[in-house]
Amino acid sequence: MTMETTKSTQSDTSARQAILDRIQTKRVDIPPLPDVDPERVIQFDQPIDKFVEMLAMVGGQAHQVDSQADVRGVLDEIDVFKTATRVVSLAPDAVAGTIDATQVDDPHELATLDWTIARGEFMIAENGSIWVDGDTLPHRVLLFIAQYLAIVVPRSQIVSNMHQAYERIEGFGGRFGVFVSGPSKTADIEQSLVLGAHGCRKLQVFIVGDM
Amino acid sequence: MLPIVQHPAAAKEFVNDPNRSRWHDQALWFVRSKRDKQAGSLPEWEYLRETASGIKTHTIANMAHYLQEFERNATARGAVVHWARDAEHHNEIVLRILRDHKTKRIVKSKSMLTEECGLNHYLEDNGIDVVDTDLGERIVQLRNEPPSHIVLPAIHIKKEEVGQTFHTHLGTDEGASDPKYLTEAARGHLRDKFLAGEIGITGVNFAIAETGGLVVCTNEGNADLGTSLPRVHIACMGIEKLLPRQRDLGVFTRLLARSATGQPITTYTSHFIGPRDENSELHIVLVDNGRTRLRESETFRAAMHCIRCGACMNTCPVYRRSGGHSYRATVPGPIGSVLSPTRDQNSYKSLPYACSLCGSCSDVCPVKIPLHHQLLAWRGELVGKKLLPASKRWAMTMASYLFRFPRLFRLVGKVGRFALRILPRWATHHRFNAWTIARELPDPPKETFRDWHRRHRTK
Ligand code: SF4
Repeated sequence: MTMETTKSTQSDTSARQAILDRIQTKRVDIPPLPDVDPERVIQFDQPIDKFVEMLAMVGGQAHQVDSQADVRGVLDEIDVFKTATRVVSLAPDAVAGTIDATQVDDPHELATLDWTIARGEFMIAENGSIWVDGDTLPHRVLLFIAQYLAIVVPRSQIVSNMHQAYERIEGFGGRFGVFVSGPSKTADIEQSLVLGAHGCRKLQVFIVGDM
Repeated sequence: MLPIVQHPAAAKEFVNDPNRSRWHDQALWFVRSKRDKQAGSLPEWEYLRETASGIKTHTIANMAHYLQEFERNATARGAVVHWARDAEHHNEIVLRILRDHKTKRIVKSKSMLTEECGLNHYLEDNGIDVVDTDLGERIVQLRNEPPSHIVLPAIHIKKEEVGQTFHTHLGTDEGASDPKYLTEAARGHLRDKFLAGEIGITGVNFAIAETGGLVVCTNEGNADLGTSLPRVHIACMGIEKLLPRQRDLGVFTRLLARSATGQPITTYTSHFIGPRDENSELHIVLVDNGRTRLRESETFRAAMHCIRCGACMNTCPVYRRSGGHSYRATVPGPIGSVLSPTRDQNSYKSLPYACSLCGSCSDVCPVKIPLHHQLLAWRGELVGKKLLPASKRWAMTMASYLFRFPRLFRLVGKVGRFALRILPRWATHHRFNAWTIARELPDPPKETFRDWHRRHRTK
């Protein structure tokens, strides 16, 4: 261990102690930690309809298909898919990719990726978002670096609200997971909404009946 | 010692440009209206606010316990937890990590904490190339300005000005001002920076004691791009960002984006638990910088609930018209006016007066901080400590004297009403009377309240 690191470790522990001591010397009454009553939060009778409505609102496009085999046909109608050459697919039953991401060592090599076809675990109706489990991604960056993103998700997997969403991932043991709601966007220039900030320019969501 | 901020003087330039001031006012009102729509779409909105406030009150009271639980779990998942006493210490820790990795170039996503600590300048002074990757932050960084809003850093800048800045720095066409074109240019420019970034630095929206995990919310995806390419991720957070359990996020993710921009949730709500893989590192810097002191104040403790959504700014009639820079602090607006004087009472003593006590901020705050009560409480403290300017102190003393002697009060009222009727304009509107610069005096009432009351009470 070098002198430098020794010093930094020491000052860290003293700061740690100082912070904890200062908190502990000022005792504050501790009210109980509230829980959310599931009866008091919104639920949807037709969660899929709500999801589709909210996804449109956040700039994404929903496609309801019967099986994974139908995904390809819809994508082929999209110009930027037809011309795409570099595609990673994590849903091979729907679309075959052109690059095997598991064979890529350095995520920087994915810089010129056109499309990622990812797998979503479940949908959240109230905000049009989808939970993507990091364990399904050979590289985390796949979700963010591709110019265009499609997510394939089973129709049966949907919850109404975020409380139910967190109930579903209670005890989540992975290193990374993300709720994705629409394509990346910004309104930092005069509050004009522009889709395609740093991540995907567009988001296609395939809600698959038989999956 | 910090220079003394006189909010009226600091706001003057912005307010004196009526076009800009009105435009800014309307832009923020638009955001506020979107927030109202989203809040109105949930019947349980008030219930969520109460619950969020309850969770924060509990966590802050029990802070030492949760900080240690967080540290234990984050460490078990492979993260390295650092503790920083203050801004300087935080900056040193970050620089040390960069030096340990011989890093020269970092990509940063939005973090109000690193703004508070002045990290960018510190790193730049130490030879590090710092790139802010949030579009709004990049704009202000290129213009060498601080952000004027905590969620919308470039809300005060017009698109023509962004075009000019990008023309100079990114080589976009001269005179271009189309937001789509400019955003596309920034996307290309920042892609290169992302690919060249050696370490990614992010802020933290929520840290979960139970899992040792972090949640970062963005719309642009910059925090994710910035941390999924390099091997090292440094996450900087104030100790108040803590939540006890993962399920508490259900409440906060529902409130945050709806309050901030009127979206149902941010585009990306990313959960980081430990480093990316065995060959990667995650460093978490826990920063005090005055927070434990704030926690000791019964009056102002609730200000630690703040989740930095910006709703109180968007709704504040003073902020909307005077612009974020007039507060001369990282966090402007109502919450900034509460927090800044806790750092330095004398420097920021004018901020609690940049407020009409309309209470709109308290109404929109998703974690129910009683902002306008706290601003009023500050005024009381500042008066007690004689930190007011002489002109205000003198006027207050006179007023309190008048209120104590009813006869005198009546007499002065009579004189005042008479004076309003007969005084020529030059006697009231002159350069010594700042109050009349943009105001007219009222017409004197035909009848005083006292006379009106006397007439009616017998009936
Ligand atoms: S004080 Fe409340 S409204 Fe203002 S930024 Fe913080 S959480 Fe949002």
